[in-house]
Amino acid sequence: MEFAELIKTPRADNVVLHRPFYPAVEGTLCLTGHHLILSSRRQDNSEELWLLHSNIDSIEKRFVGSLGTIIIKCKDLRIIQLDIPGMEECLNIASSIEEQHCMGNTHRKQALSTLDSVTLMYPFFYRPMFEVVEDGWHSFLPEREFELLSSVTNEWRLSYVNKEFSVCPSYPPAVTVPKSIDDEALRRVATFRHGGRFPVLSYYHKKNGMVMMRSSQPLTGTNGRRCKEDSALINATLRAGKRGYIIDTRSLNVAQQARAKGGGFEQEVQYPQWRRIHKSVERYNILQESLIKLVEACNDQSHNMDRWLSKLEASNWLTHIKEILTAACLAAQCIDREGASVLVHGTEGTDSTLQITSLAQIILDPRCRTIRGFEALIEREWLQAGHPFQQRCAQSAYSNSKQKWESPVFFLFLDCVWQTLRQFPCSFEFNGHFLIMLFENAYASQFGTFLGNNESERCKLKLPQKTMSLWSWVNQPYELSKFKNPLFEANSLVIWPSVAPQSLQLWEGVFLRWNRSSKFLDEACEEMNNIIEYNKELQAKVNALRRQLAELETDDGMQESS
Amino acid sequence: MEHIRMPKVENVRLIDRISSRKAALGTLYLTATHVIFVENVSETRKETWILHSQISSIEKQATTVTGCPLLIRCKNFQIIQLIIPQERDCHDVYISLIRLARPVKYEELYCFSFNPKLDKEEREQGWKLVSLNEEYNRMGVPNNYWQISDVNRDYQVCDSYPTEVYVPESATAHIIVGSSKFRSRRRFPALSYYCKDNNASICRSSQPLSGFSARCLEDEQMLQAIRKANPGSNFIYVVDTRPKLNAMANRAAGKGYENEDNYSNIKFQFIGIENIHVMRSSLQKMLEVCELKSPSMSDFLWGLENSGWLKHIKAIMDAGIFIAKAVAEEGVSVLVHCSDGWDRTAQVCSVASLLLDPFYRTIKGFMVLIEKDWVSFGHKFNHRYGYLDGDPKEISPVIDQFIECIWQLMEQFPCAFEFNERFLIHIQHHIYSCQFGNFLCNSQKERRELKIRERTYSLWAHLWKNRADYMNPLYREDHSQTQGTLRPQTAPCNFLYKFWSGMYTRFEKGMHPRQSVTDYLMAVKEETQQLEEELEVLEQRLADLKKVQLNNRKENSKQQDHNTHLGLSTSNNSIANTPQDYINNVKSFPSRSPSQGDEEDSALILTQDNLKSSDPDLSANSDQESGVEDLSCRSPSGGCCLPSEDSGKDSDEAVFLTV
Repeated sequence: MEFAELIKTPRADNVVLHRPFYPAVEGTLCLTGHHLILSSRRQDNSEELWLLHSNIDSIEKRFVGSLGTIIIKCKDLRIIQLDIPGMEECLNIASSIEEQHCMGNTHRKQALSTLDSVTLMYPFFYRPMFEVVEDGWHSFLPEREFELLSSVTNEWRLSYVNKEFSVCPSYPPAVTVPKSIDDEALRRVATFRHGGRFPVLSYYHKKNGMVMMRSSQPLTGTNGRRCKEDSALINATLRAGKRGYIIDTRSLNVAQQARAKGGGFEQEVQYPQWRRIHKSVERYNILQESLIKLVEACNDQSHNMDRWLSKLEASNWLTHIKEILTAACLAAQCIDREGASVLVHGTEGTDSTLQITSLAQIILDPRCRTIRGFEALIEREWLQAGHPFQQRCAQSAYSNSKQKWESPVFFLFLDCVWQTLRQFPCSFEFNGHFLIMLFENAYASQFGTFLGNNESERCKLKLPQKTMSLWSWVNQPYELSKFKNPLFEANSLVIWPSVAPQSLQLWEGVFLRWNRSSKFLDEACEEMNNIIEYNKELQAKVNALRRQLAELETDDGMQESS
Repeated sequence: MEHIRMPKVENVRLIDRISSRKAALGTLYLTATHVIFVENVSETRKETWILHSQISSIEKQATTVTGCPLLIRCKNFQIIQLIIPQERDCHDVYISLIRLARPVKYEELYCFSFNPKLDKEEREQGWKLVSLNEEYNRMGVPNNYWQISDVNRDYQVCDSYPTEVYVPESATAHIIVGSSKFRSRRRFPALSYYCKDNNASICRSSQPLSGFSARCLEDEQMLQAIRKANPGSNFIYVVDTRPKLNAMANRAAGKGYENEDNYSNIKFQFIGIENIHVMRSSLQKMLEVCELKSPSMSDFLWGLENSGWLKHIKAIMDAGIFIAKAVAEEGVSVLVHCSDGWDRTAQVCSVASLLLDPFYRTIKGFMVLIEKDWVSFGHKFNHRYGYLDGDPKEISPVIDQFIECIWQLMEQFPCAFEFNERFLIHIQHHIYSCQFGNFLCNSQKERRELKIRERTYSLWAHLWKNRADYMNPLYREDHSQTQGTLRPQTAPCNFLYKFWSGMYTRFEKGMHPRQSVTDYLMAVKEETQQLEEELEVLEQRLADLKKVQLNNRKENSKQQDHNTHLGLSTSNNSIANTPQDYINNVKSFPSRSPSQGDEEDSALILTQDNLKSSDPDLSANSDQESGVEDLSCRSPSGGCCLPSEDSGKDSDEAVFLTV
């Protein structure tokens, strides 16, 4: 294995680890192929820090005399400092980490096609220490999801037109489309949509039979190219005499400009039954810059309140949250309140489109607020829908290297879910930790779930055979217990979050996680659990006693009658 | 009554602030104490009650084709927008309200007509609930170091101080009187909090009349006496809570601050909290931001920053933290003052006391704290909160800021407080409501002269009676957070201070979390208690039954057994006979019922006020006296109109139009 060559100094003694709110720890630092490990030798306080190289976003070196200091900034936003005695050792370790760190990211530096470097990443080496009861790679198959749909409607079919990923490279092999549209028509529609992403079913609203579809932009170009199969496809989802809404996640201006590059939008004349709404949601590097600014504001050590608020404002992070949530509420409103079907798309249909369609489902569908349902949603609307995780999550807020495709699209989605959870604290089966865990794993993980950019790549990498699924680990009862919201009371209602600025808050669990002590908040969570656990315990006892009494009383009655 | 030009106006529209498309048609009534709007819809007859004393401003806006708009802003941050069809009627209502909202004598205030139907004895008991005598005893004074002084017996020395003041043992009447002459408004150093664990104390006063060079031997002796009362330390901190520049400017007027050279063993410290005028305008700016119609995130954050409000809150908290640290960690006594020692000093002393002493974080203790540092030491409630018509420049949200500091602490220490957010909100409401006599006037002296205790009721008794509504379910006396001094994170900590939506936009229900964790947990705890009781009954029955069966086997008389059995079950009939219902109850919490079975989208379970309504005046703009409960909060319509609004605000109106 070529890892060994990259590790110049595999081990250093008397290294001191500094983290905010914890006492400094002295110990031995070890570098392995995928981890940085610091273990303290003190018996009373044996502590180990394991850090995945792929979690490292940037490294800084400083020297004071012969004492070297390495500051490691992680993708999960944590910052740690290692004091390493000996200049040479320090330099060696720093460069080894950098090499390791770069190697994990080579897919970015080299061409995406060189999948080889991905296979050097930790998920391909990770061996689980737990027994796999349920293989997460098979937990959320499209066939299973389709079965659920078939129980309520027969207007849809599962098409394997993309079996070889030849019609649309970023779609999964199986997609749900209107029954009346055959595969041949789908192939033609694919040529009319950006990246071949023809309209597919995203969500079926059982309450009124309305649907949400998603796609990419139509390739109308400047000369107004049209495709009759395209309109036939989306019209097939309309009830007689009903109109639908197309939610375009770009401003009208941007959509018009897209025509010059061969893209475009649905013109009224060709889609008379559809009403188009432009709801602009920011994308790509604007979002990445927003993240960088926000994290910088959170790490600002100054005592100046005005500075904090103005930096928070300038980051625009909460503005993006408001935009995305508003667009999702709009889509949900069209479906639930207006009783209309909806098609959502932006340009590629792999980013803002997915934010909108998945959040709308959380608002509309109680199932998506359960743990299993939310996992299924991520599988359906993000992984299989072809959100390019590997590109988007290659760097986080600290990286100095030039950005390319990085963007916290999924991160923003998780933040929006957290905002909704905060407003409806009893309506979600999972808690904030669950969302944080997903954030961490999307950026650096021992599991293969978020590797690759789409199903086609995952297939080529043979991820299901060669790596462990995140869901296999999460869905074990012990792990799940940490992610359960004790306040959860299933309700079948549509939940409408407020998008007023006064209602949106900084996601402290992620952004302030390493900057403030969470001791007292953790205690509060624990107390909440205790209150509810004790209640359940009593309920069980009372029920058992009732049963016992009932039995005894019948016995009694029988004796009496005998 | 002579001020009411127009007791009733019909066909008035009440505008919904969030969605202006919605307006309720109804009748407006003016009474001696309230403005009442009653909706025409016959089933609900929804009522909105506003106390005159809550009105902070009335604005008559330009007449439009639909009528004449009248905007009423309240001190509890409610905003009411009415449209009155006739300009003349509107003018009459406006003129009447202007007068009604600014009474000229205390007797016009609501507390003199408010009658909760308690007898004389109950009223007196109510006033005895909070006793400062007991409180100082609890702290451990008088003792070897601190004595109670009668020097202010008839308010001879300082008319804004209480009659009973605690001073160091070595401070003679001569020293006290001498010192008082050297202090603004004769507010001499007196004990605010004593820490019996280490003898360190917090004392308070006004600024010294030092000018550029004046000295006062007695004042120097007074500070010396404070130091001596804490044998563990050889110096005291003197904390001037003003910005240095303000304090220096005061020197020109013959006032100022202590010169370290003149006082032996003091360490002098400025903590820049701005004055009441800055705070008034800061709140004004923040409320303007809250009033914006569908603001963008930037509008809101920029406005919040620009108001400086959170910066001021943090300054007050920092001062409290500094003092608490000096007392708890260094064991050093602190003398706190500002200019007159009745605004910033009250804020800072009470925040520090609450950080230091878990008692003040209980329901009872918080009442005692307000009574001690605010009411008894002559915080000018009447001037600051504008009970009577007076100088608008005297008005300032001083206690509001203190209350917010406590909320900010509750957010950081969720288990440390016995009370919940609702308790704070209700106290704020009643500071302005004038429904109870506690806060009337500007000093103890004035209150005694007005015979408040004989003529009005005490808020504390009222809150205490309903304390179940104010409990924090996460509070546990034995919890580590509950014990000892609270140590909020200091640096970096700007991000820990948050906009308090629950207070400043409390009437905009749609903005708040739609499910209240507090109420949910309270419901669970209540149920747990019932379960505990039932468990006991069941266990008893089981034991009896087993005994009975044993007796049966012994072929004892069946009749007798039956009797014992019946005897037991009847006494607990209500619980024992309803297991089936109970299980249902478990499935759907009582608190859920308001929304269930109604329109689906009233997913708005457990909103803050729809559950607990011991104080209808607060939760539903209704009035206890009237006996009419407002349905607004409890009815599902109150909640279900929300969903479409928030997202609808942007969708229905804004977006659909652009298509």
